[in-house]
Order: sequence, then C-alpha cells, then structure tokens
Amino acid sequence: MQTSSRPVFLNLLQIRLPVAAVMSIAHRAAGVLLFLAIPLLIGLVSLALSGAEGFARAVSLLHSLPGRLLLFLLLWALAHHFLAGIRYLLLDVHLGVRAPHFRRSAWAVLGVAPLLALGLLRGLT
Amino acid sequence: MSRQLSGFRAWMWQRVSAIYLALYIAWVLLRLMVAPPVDHQALGNWLGGLGMWLATAAFMLLLLLHAWVGVRDVVLDYVKPAALRLAVLAAVLAFLLACGLWALVILVTVS
Repeated sequence: MQTSSRPVFLNLLQIRLPVAAVMSIAHRAAGVLLFLAIPLLIGLVSLALSGAEGFARAVSLLHSLPGRLLLFLLLWALAHHFLAGIRYLLLDVHLGVRAPHFRRSAWAVLGVAPLLALGLLRGLT
Repeated sequence: MSRQLSGFRAWMWQRVSAIYLALYIAWVLLRLMVAPPVDHQALGNWLGGLGMWLATAAFMLLLLLHAWVGVRDVVLDYVKPAALRLAVLAAVLAFLLACGLWALVILVTVS
C-alpha cells in the first residue's frame, strides 16, 4: 500500500497543536466528564428532596473539601463546554471564522472558563 | 426507532438541544445563586411548580439526547473494533436510560 510509506510523526511531546484544537479536545473531554456526572447530580437532588436531614446532608456534602473540589472540576467542565459550545454555534453562522478571531476566541474560552467556574463556585457554596 | 438519529438530523438536534440546555442551566444557576431554596420543602415546591416542572422534564429529555449524540460521536471516533463498539454504545445507552428513569421517578414524586 502507498499509505504505509508515508512519514509518521506521533511524538506527543513535540506535536504542537493549534490553540483551537486544544480547546476542541477539552470540549470533548468536558462533555464526557459531564455525561459521567449526570447520576451524581440526580443523586444530589434526590438526597436534597428526601427530607430535612437529607437536605442538610446534601448541603454539607457540597461544602466539604472533596465536594467543593469535585464541584469546581464539574463547573469548570460545564463552563468550558458551555463557552466552547457558544463559539461553535457562532462559527456555524459564520461569525468569527477568520484567523485572528478564530484563535483569539479559542484562547478566550480556555482562559475564561476556569474564572467563570470559580465565580460560580463562590456563588453556589 | 425507524428514523435514525444520525447525520444532519443528529447535527441539528445537537444544536437545538444545546441552546435549550444553555438557557435552562443559566437560569437555574442564577436562581440558585440569587435565591437558594432554604429547605427540602422549598426545593420541592420550586421543582414541583408547573412551569419549572415542565422546563425540567424537557431539560432531562434534551440532556439525555444531547449526551447520547455527543458521546456516540466520541465512541465512533475512538472505538474501532465492531463488537467492542457495540458493547460500549449499549452501555452508554443503558446508562442514559437508567438516568432518565431515575429523574422521571423524582419528577413524579415532586409533581
């Protein structure tokens, strides 16, 4: 086959991905993480609805250190997936497709998502 | 399902559901930050109100749809052997259906 003689370069430490590719991979990873978190969210709501004791337990779970760490991670994933998703929707209607905007908006998503997550964490707990 | 959720149809549903999920999540996070429910009864009353109940039921349905289309795309990209791919997709579907049933039980309880 002709294809087997093509050069292969797969040194993951030396491949330099464009920023939009990094943001895109993170969008996927965040999506899978949020998918896995669906039962956690349902379980938390179920616990909080179960009675006065369950509600207090759900609140204390959210305020515990591991709870806050997990919540921050999930809020970061949510913020990233949310912002990157809006960027894709804008690209769909041909907004920001050209080079400087395309790269700048990818940087913005990567940078703003953890800040938004921190703000949400402060607001929620 | 006789009509498969693939190709353009899946692409379109992914975007329609994304817009609804974004609006619902923004609204719920804002509400939880501005006026968090004080106890389990307040939470139940909030979720059980007609508007919020319908919005939440639609949210769960579209969330499961959005998650299915998204995770299926990821599985199709990275899991190549046919048998393994089928097994993973079946597991994802079972996971989502179980989540949907659990959410349905909660929604029926608070209504």
